[in-house]
Amino acid sequence: MSLLELRGISKSYGGVQAVADVSFAIEPATVHALVGENGAGKSTLVKIITGVIEPDAGQLLIDGEPVSIGDAQSALRLGIVAMYQEPTVFPDLSVAENVFAGRHPRSRLRTVDWRAMEGEATRILRELGVELGAGTPVRGLGVADRQLLEIAKALSTNARLLIMDEPTAALSPNEVEHLFDTVRKLRERGVTVIYISHRLEEVGVLADTVTVLRDGRHIETRPARELSQGEIIRLMVGRSLDALFPKEDAKIGDVVFEARGLTRRGIFADVSFELRRGEIVGLAGFVGAGRTEVARSIFGVDPLDGGRIEIEGRGFRPRSPRAALRRGLAYLPEDRLHEGLVQPMTISNNTSMAVLPALTPTGFLRPRAERRLARRFMEQLSIKATSPAQVVRSLSGGNQQKVVLGKWLAAEPRILILDEPTHGVDVGTKADVHRTISHLATQGLTILLISSELPEILGMSDRVLVMREGRLVAELSRAEATQENVIQAAAGVEAAA
Amino acid sequence: MIAHVRAMKPQELAAAAFRLREIGIVLALFAVIVFFSFRADNFLQASNWQDIAQNVSIVIVVAVGETMVVLTRNIDLSVGSIVGLCAYLVAASLAHHPGMPIVFAALISVAAGLGLGLVNGLLVAVGRIPAIIATLATLAIYRGIDAEITGGKNITAYQLPDRFLSLAASKPLGFPALAWIAVAVAVVGAATLRFVPWARDFYAIGSNPDAARFAGIPAGRRIITAFALSGALAGLGGFLFASRFPTLDSAAANGFELTVITAVVIGGVNVFGGSGTILGVVLGAVLVATISDGFTLMRLDEFWKIFFNGFAIVAAVTIDALVTRRLQEALRRRRAALLVAQPARSEA
Repeated sequence: MSLLELRGISKSYGGVQAVADVSFAIEPATVHALVGENGAGKSTLVKIITGVIEPDAGQLLIDGEPVSIGDAQSALRLGIVAMYQEPTVFPDLSVAENVFAGRHPRSRLRTVDWRAMEGEATRILRELGVELGAGTPVRGLGVADRQLLEIAKALSTNARLLIMDEPTAALSPNEVEHLFDTVRKLRERGVTVIYISHRLEEVGVLADTVTVLRDGRHIETRPARELSQGEIIRLMVGRSLDALFPKEDAKIGDVVFEARGLTRRGIFADVSFELRRGEIVGLAGFVGAGRTEVARSIFGVDPLDGGRIEIEGRGFRPRSPRAALRRGLAYLPEDRLHEGLVQPMTISNNTSMAVLPALTPTGFLRPRAERRLARRFMEQLSIKATSPAQVVRSLSGGNQQKVVLGKWLAAEPRILILDEPTHGVDVGTKADVHRTISHLATQGLTILLISSELPEILGMSDRVLVMREGRLVAELSRAEATQENVIQAAAGVEAAA
Repeated sequence: MIAHVRAMKPQELAAAAFRLREIGIVLALFAVIVFFSFRADNFLQASNWQDIAQNVSIVIVVAVGETMVVLTRNIDLSVGSIVGLCAYLVAASLAHHPGMPIVFAALISVAAGLGLGLVNGLLVAVGRIPAIIATLATLAIYRGIDAEITGGKNITAYQLPDRFLSLAASKPLGFPALAWIAVAVAVVGAATLRFVPWARDFYAIGSNPDAARFAGIPAGRRIITAFALSGALAGLGGFLFASRFPTLDSAAANGFELTVITAVVIGGVNVFGGSGTILGVVLGAVLVATISDGFTLMRLDEFWKIFFNGFAIVAAVTIDALVTRRLQEALRRRRAALLVAQPARSEA
C-alpha cells in the first residue's frame, strides 16, 4: 500500500492556478524525487502535504486512509516532517537542545534531563554517522551540519515521511556525498523521503521514483532508472511559448557595464559579463543559483569580496545603493512589497523617493512637482489608480510592481536591474510590464532581467546568461537560447540525449 | 593561546567566545578595585564591603528576573517602579501593623510584584505592545500609583518595628542577610534556567522566535511567565530595599531599572535574547555596584553614576557587536577554507 497518495489535488491563489488536479502515489521506504521548473507547483504541494495550506480540492490518503492535515502539528503527528533550512535552528542553543527544543526529555523530578538529552542526541547523530558534539552551540555550524541537525530532529520524532527541499543548494561535494549516504540510511530504516532538487544528476543517483510537474500539473511518475536526464528535461519544459511577449527591436550600442571576476565568498564566485546600451540581458538559473545575490552586490546592498566593475568606462565600487544610483544604476528588488515600496505612503511619495534631492532644490517638499512626476509614470506604465494621492497598499500587486518600476525610472537610470519583475502578477499586467521593459530598451536603457520564468527570459532577452551554484556557466545568444539549452546549463547536465 | 585558537574547529571557537565574557568582567572588577583602593578613601574597609554586598544583593535579585525577560528578546523597564512601590507597601504595612510577621510583609511585596509583572506580560504577549513601550508606560503608571498611595508623605525608620530594621544589618553565619537571599535567588534562578523545561524555552524564544513556533513552544505563555517572575523578583527586591533604606517616599528606587539593566547587559545577556547566564549577571551586578560605591566614596555627584551606567551599556553592546562580527567573519572564512580544501565535484 502507498504511504501517501494524492488524489486530484488543486490549489489556486487569486486566479493563478498553482496546482491543478495532481494525483500520484508515494511508496514506503523509497526516495521520491519531485522535479519541475520554478513555478511548477512543487512548493505548493509540499505546503499541502505538511498542512501549511489546505487544497481547494482533492484528497490526501495516508496508508490508504483519507486524512485532512489542517496544520503543522497534525502533520507532525502523522509522521510528516519537512526540512526547512533556516527557520528551525536556534543558534544560541546546543546541538542536543536544538534536536529536542520544545520537548526536552524529563527526569523524574520533571526537570530537563541533560544527560538523557545529550545521550539520545549523540546516539541519533552517531547513527547518521555525523561528528557533531551534542553540547556545542549551533552558531558555529555550517549549512551542511545544520541540515544533518534537521534530519536528526526529524528522526527524534520518529518521522515516516521526510521532505527535503533543495537540501544540497549550499553544500560542498563532500557534504553532498555524506548527505546522500544519510538519505540512503534513512531509506533502509524505512523512512520515505520526498526529495526536491534542481540538480538532475542528484535525482539520477539518489531517487527510486521521479515525479515531474509542469505548470501545476502532474506530467509523469516513473521509476528513476527508466528516465534519462534528457527525458526528464523534455518532460519539464514542454511548455508552449505561444503567449510570447512583443519584443521591439532596439539598437544595441557600446558596452556600458562590465563586471570582471565578481566574488562574494561562499555565495558566488568569478562572475564576469558585460552589458551594452539598449540591450536586454536575461539572467537565468534556478532559485538559489546566486542571481539575486549578484544583483544586490552590484547595487551595493551586500559587500563584494573581489572583482571589478566598470560603468561607462570608469571604475565603480558598489559601496551603497546611493552610490550606485548616482552612477546611473537602478535595482528593482524581488521582494518589492518589503524592499521596494513604503506601503502606507502615496503613489506620488513613493515615486519621488529616490529623486527627492533633485526635486527639492530649496530643501522644501514640492507636492505639486511630486504629483506631476507620479502622473507621468502612471500614464507611461498605465498604473490603475484613482490619483497620485492613492495609498500604495490599496493597489493590486501588479500595479504596485509598476509603482516600484516608476520609482526607479524617475531616477533616470541608464542601467536597470529587474529581479523577477512579473513574479505573482496576473497575465494582463505581465504583458504591460513586458511592453514597458521592451520600450525602455529602445530608448537606450540597458536592462539586466533576472527571471525564473523561462518563457519570459527567452522572449525578452537579446542575450541569456545562466548561473548555477554561484557561477556563471553559460552565455547564449538569442538564437542559441532554447528552453532545453538554458535548463541544461542551469541544471548542470551535459547535452541531453 | 593564539595558536590554540587558530586550531579550533568552528563550533569550539563559537563556544569559547562566550566564556571570554565572564573572564573579562572579573578582570575589569580587579582593575576597578585596584583603582578605587588608591583613589577612594575607606574603600578597602570591611564596613564598605558590607555596604557593597548589601547594595549588590538588591541588584542581583531584581536582575535575575530581568534576565529572564531579556532572554526572551523583551525588556522590562518597570522594575524600578515596582521596587519602589513594593518597598512602600512593605513599609506601610509594617508601620500600620507593627505586629505583622516579617515573612508576611515579604509575601505581600512579592505578590504585589507578581501582579504588576503579570500586567506587563499580558500587555506584551496578549496586547502585542512592544515590551519597550509597554513597560515604559507601566514604569510611569506604577510610579504614579506609588505617588498616589504615599500622598506626598514619607515613612521613616522610626515608624518601623526594630525586628525589621535589624534584618539588613544581621549577619547569619558571618554574612549579610541580604547577601544570603541574593545568593539563594541566583542559585535557584540559575538552576531554573538550566533544568526547568519552560525556562529553557526562554532561550529558544529569544534565539529564534519563528523556530520556537515551529517547535510548538507556547511563546505567549512563556513571555507572560518571564514578566511575572521579573515582577515577583522586583517585589522581593522592594522588600529588601525597604529593609536597607527604611526612609521611603514616592521617589524610592527611582531609576533603579537603569542599574539593573546595566548589570544584565554587562553580564553578557544578549539584548536580542537567546543567550546569557546568571553567573555573568551576578558578576555584572557586582561590577556595577562596586563602581557605584567607589563613586560615592570619591564624593562624585549622583549623575556620574547614571552617566557611567549609560556608558557601560553602550560599551558592552558595542563590544558584543564587534566580537560577534569578528566571530561571524572567522567562521565564514574557516568554512570557506574547508570547502576549498575538498576536491571539486566531478561533472555528471
